[in-house]
Amino acid sequence: MQHTSLLERILRGIALTLVVIFFMFPIVWIFMMSFQTNETILRIPPQLVFEPTLANYTALITGKLTTAAGTLDIAFMRNLWNSVFLSVTSVAVALLLGVPAAYAFARHKFRGSEDIAFTLLSFRFAPALLVLLPLTLYFQKLGLANTYIGLIWVYQLICLPLILWIVRGYFEDIPADIEYAYRIAGHSWFATFRKIALPLAGPGIAAAGLLAFIFAWNNFVFALVLASADKQPVTVGALAFITSSGIQYGQISAAIVLSITPTLALALYAQRYLVEGLSLGAVKG
Amino acid sequence: MASLELKNIVKRYKSQTVLDNLSLTVADGETLVLFGPSGAGKTVLLRLVAGVIDPDEGKILIGGEDMTDVDAEFRGVGMAFQNFALFPHMTAFDNIATPLQARHSSQGTIKAGVESVAKLLKIGHVLSHKPRALSNGQKQRTALARALVGAPPLLLLDDPLRNVDAKLRFEMRLELPRLLADRGATVVYVTQDYKEAMALGDRIAVMSQGVVKQLGTPEQIYREPANIEIARLFGDPTINLLDVKPARDARGIYVGLSNVQVHLAGAPETAIGRDCIIGLRPEALHFVGENEPGAIPVTVEAETPLNEKIVTLVRTVRGREILVSRPAGTPGETEGKAHIAVDSKSALLFDHASGERIGSKNVVSLRNGEAA
Repeated sequence: MQHTSLLERILRGIALTLVVIFFMFPIVWIFMMSFQTNETILRIPPQLVFEPTLANYTALITGKLTTAAGTLDIAFMRNLWNSVFLSVTSVAVALLLGVPAAYAFARHKFRGSEDIAFTLLSFRFAPALLVLLPLTLYFQKLGLANTYIGLIWVYQLICLPLILWIVRGYFEDIPADIEYAYRIAGHSWFATFRKIALPLAGPGIAAAGLLAFIFAWNNFVFALVLASADKQPVTVGALAFITSSGIQYGQISAAIVLSITPTLALALYAQRYLVEGLSLGAVKG
Repeated sequence: MASLELKNIVKRYKSQTVLDNLSLTVADGETLVLFGPSGAGKTVLLRLVAGVIDPDEGKILIGGEDMTDVDAEFRGVGMAFQNFALFPHMTAFDNIATPLQARHSSQGTIKAGVESVAKLLKIGHVLSHKPRALSNGQKQRTALARALVGAPPLLLLDDPLRNVDAKLRFEMRLELPRLLADRGATVVYVTQDYKEAMALGDRIAVMSQGVVKQLGTPEQIYREPANIEIARLFGDPTINLLDVKPARDARGIYVGLSNVQVHLAGAPETAIGRDCIIGLRPEALHFVGENEPGAIPVTVEAETPLNEKIVTLVRTVRGREILVSRPAGTPGETEGKAHIAVDSKSALLFDHASGERIGSKNVVSLRNGEAA
């Protein structure tokens, strides 16, 4: 590829730039909006040059939203904490339940194992709203509505099938002989699971965990129906920015920047594990 | 020290019977080679003994104890896998140490044990490497070291030389018998290479389609193969097989080869008048002068000098091709017309229809007592 002509290189550069602009524009624009007031954002025509302000972030962090109609309390930091707590706990619970289950499905072909595994996957087929209506009624009866436990439980519908099916594939990719060898060496099946299967499927488990975290973080509908203000994650909490005196674009942008930061950081950190996880299968032997 | 006894083992996968009522006994300290084509059930048999899969029927006794329902970790066997099955996330040292760690040996004992077996197998310098940094030969030795380190009384080796290069295989074929003898362990060794089987086995069990077709010393398997299939599998170059119909005259039983009557010393009476196949090992044929008794006229087609022997392809007057082998450095015809004679004692007669050797005991259904 060294002998490309100048024209080709220029065209390629332009093409790449267009692609990058296309994908990065919304994020960059939101990032810029988060440092502007509603007035400068709504200027026509829009301008790239503005005087940056931290007012949006201050408003979010202090919880005092000043609008034309007066001061409004917003629970953004509370929502952010709810998001972190709900997502982390849900993924932790799903890993705790899903990884051993995935191992069982991968290694032991028991009666009906395929049916059970598929049933778990089928949770993802049902439209969330269809599930939610009866679930809300049950939860109200059981006293689980508007509790963290109830929400984490419902979040398993998102996380558990995902983790189960991804991790199962990774366990199946480990040659059975490697585990046999450890058993024959004199170790119990549990030691084999812990010392052989878990480390070898590690990158896959990390990938599945990250994916489940992102799905849980981005969930909107479950929390909207089942949680009230003090338990709401940011996805639902963002609705508070649509106020009687208009939409608070500046605050929304700042909220978006704050709420994508954890997932973005996690994804960047886990990237190398993800790549390693995907390429692990290629070096069997 | 442990003997191994398999009683009426049956293993099925879905509708397919992989092992069909198989019984086998390996004496204490003996090396038994399981030999046969892929799909014969050798590896399945080994895994049953190791305890990682369970038989549908039958019993497995190790050292006289019934181990049929005992989990793999309590059977105390050592096993080396064909694909090495090393733990990719551990160093060679940790790989080898796993059997010792399972016994909760002290760090010092583990270190000493691993280092001594590593020295024996000449991998002392790569103990800190992960499997991916090892050559195939080193991987194979690491896998072998892991099987040996705990000094298990019963050692199961599943074609450990399959995935290494020819040179190393040759070296290991020389090294392994001594290594195994020094350990005094009972060994079950699986291979598809007849030379390996001959070199390593005190006895060889020839398996095919889930049953033991013949069980005997390497010498017996070679000299008295139970059927044509086994005769073909053992020996390089392959045995010559020709259709004949034995008859008898005043001098005894003879067969007609290219219109020449060749008398067979010690041929069984039962072969007379039957459609047979005669098996002639290339080394049981030799070039002779025209006037020798039993000289068969042939035309030399090609000659292949190998290191220790010369193999000549000849064609009979009926157009059948025969391989003749002679030690290197001995005289023989190299082209044109020639005559060969048969070393009649080593000729083998097989029934044309069944392929069984005529005069051999029926060894297909081995009962437990016979195998001991």
